[in-house]
Amino acid sequence: MSDASTPAVRLVDVRKTFPGAEGAAVERLSLDVPRGSVVALIGPSGCGKTTSLRMINRLIEPSAGRVEVEGRDTSTVDPIALRLGIGYVIQAVGLFPHRSIADNIAVVPRALGWDRARIASRVAELAELVGLEQDQLQRFPDELSGGQQQRVGVARALAADPPLLLMDEPFGAVDPVVRGRLQQELLALQARLHKTIVLVTHDLDEALLVADRVALLDRGGRLAQYAEPDRLLQEPAEPFVTEFLGADRSLRRLALREVGELSLRDGPVVTRGTDRATARAVLAREGGDWLGITDGVRFLGWVPAAGLAGEGPVPEDDLEAPAALVGPDDTLRAAMDRIMTARTAVAVVVEDGRFRGVVTLELIRRALAEPHTPSPQTPPSPEPSPEGSR
Amino acid sequence: MSDANPLLRFDYLVDQRAAIVAAVLEHLELTVATVALGLLLAALLAGVALRWRWLRPTISAGTAALYTIPSVALFALLVPSTGLSRSTALIPLVAYTLVVLVSAILDGFDQVPRPVEEAAEALGLTPRRRVLRVRIPLALPVIISGLRVATVTTVGLVTLAAIVGQGGLGRLILDGLRRAFWTPLTVGAVLSIVLALLLDAAFVLLERRLAPWAVRRTARP
Repeated sequence: MSDASTPAVRLVDVRKTFPGAEGAAVERLSLDVPRGSVVALIGPSGCGKTTSLRMINRLIEPSAGRVEVEGRDTSTVDPIALRLGIGYVIQAVGLFPHRSIADNIAVVPRALGWDRARIASRVAELAELVGLEQDQLQRFPDELSGGQQQRVGVARALAADPPLLLMDEPFGAVDPVVRGRLQQELLALQARLHKTIVLVTHDLDEALLVADRVALLDRGGRLAQYAEPDRLLQEPAEPFVTEFLGADRSLRRLALREVGELSLRDGPVVTRGTDRATARAVLAREGGDWLGITDGVRFLGWVPAAGLAGEGPVPEDDLEAPAALVGPDDTLRAAMDRIMTARTAVAVVVEDGRFRGVVTLELIRRALAEPHTPSPQTPPSPEPSPEGSR
Repeated sequence: MSDANPLLRFDYLVDQRAAIVAAVLEHLELTVATVALGLLLAALLAGVALRWRWLRPTISAGTAALYTIPSVALFALLVPSTGLSRSTALIPLVAYTLVVLVSAILDGFDQVPRPVEEAAEALGLTPRRRVLRVRIPLALPVIISGLRVATVTTVGLVTLAAIVGQGGLGRLILDGLRRAFWTPLTVGAVLSIVLALLLDAAFVLLERRLAPWAVRRTARP
């Protein structure tokens, strides 16, 4: 019925007008959501992003056009069956306050008629997956923190292992610290489960962080641009996009990339015991007032250029610890921040204690000039994920 | 007040204990029947108001209007058609519960959080399941509060049904009034209050049992 090339969700000329409303809420929207990818719908309020999301599982019926899920026209599918096969997470979480956490997670499996034992083991598995304690399962939602409730909401959406997940401002109701943590958890979860996720958000940083592709909608549900985060930032398709992305587009791009993706340079760094003449030559080539010294594995510290006069091996008595240290997982934005904060020219890259190279502002600037090749992600697996595939 | 007519004469209690027990049971029966019928009717009316929203103001106004009819007048009004029967007692009593119960049911449904209803729909629960598993259970605490008010009010109103020959403990009170003999009046009034309190307590227990989540929620600081 549908092979790997069929998009998980396809909107074709979808239009929605609400009775009594002026103009269309969504205007001829066409969008393919590739299987196994995360797509963020974003835009100013009134852009129809939530309406578009809700048309996917027929919470709202399109006025015109076609919605396909897994290659099937949704108007030919019973809405209840359709929704049971699609995970849904909403902003206010919407947990059932009169049911225990375990019962909340079990809602869809129960509606599908799974037997008790299977439900119980699935609930335990999901609790573990989203980081809930077993002893929280018998509590009521009100007894959990906002972040924990949101985890339950995600577990509930994943309960029957649907290939597609719709999320309506999933992290809108929690404070920024918890939101950041939940976003990271979602990324980690996605790396394991390879779901297709369509997510509505009004938070640009969230969209850029979690999405493989961002669909930016203008008022009235017009699709202004649909592109990978880095492309969106680098090549805004029209003035509206530029304006929406704001003045710090390049800084946002820096936040999308990691130090490990750069081709790192060795920089003005020599191995311990190198003679001073060679060291002076390295420093002359690389520039700068400081020379770094390693023991071949670890970075030992910096010595000032002034101390390199004369003969013999480079001195190690006045080693200065590096003021700016980064790891390969740090974003370029973090690296730049550390360089600026330390008022130095380079940041030393260290991975598990080993010296990997140095990052300079120049290196960062050049990285921005080239288009981004997305970080290697595990390709979406055609097989169902191990979770709950029984 | 002479010694022969104190507020309470114990020999009366002993002599009339069978009659007193019968009066209590009749009172209880009338109360339970009233509240049960009232709940049934209120559920129907509330269902109609929820299904056809434009009828809601009419239904609310109608039940409120019923409530304004003086009970004694209504009892008297019914005697020509239904006589001194149980129906004559029940019809006004049930009518009076409606204003409380219909609005309790509607309020109960109104306060179900919108995101919860939306989640239930979005996850693929059938409309029937959404009502039975989500909306009704979540409306229950408010409905039970309404039942408590309706029940306590009804226990008091049942005593007035004595004027149409029903009324359980009301008959003791009427008897005391007619004979200017205080003991039955005291017994009737006190037992009526006790009955109201006991039934109210029963509902508190019922709520704890049916909606433990709501009890836990209010118990928190």
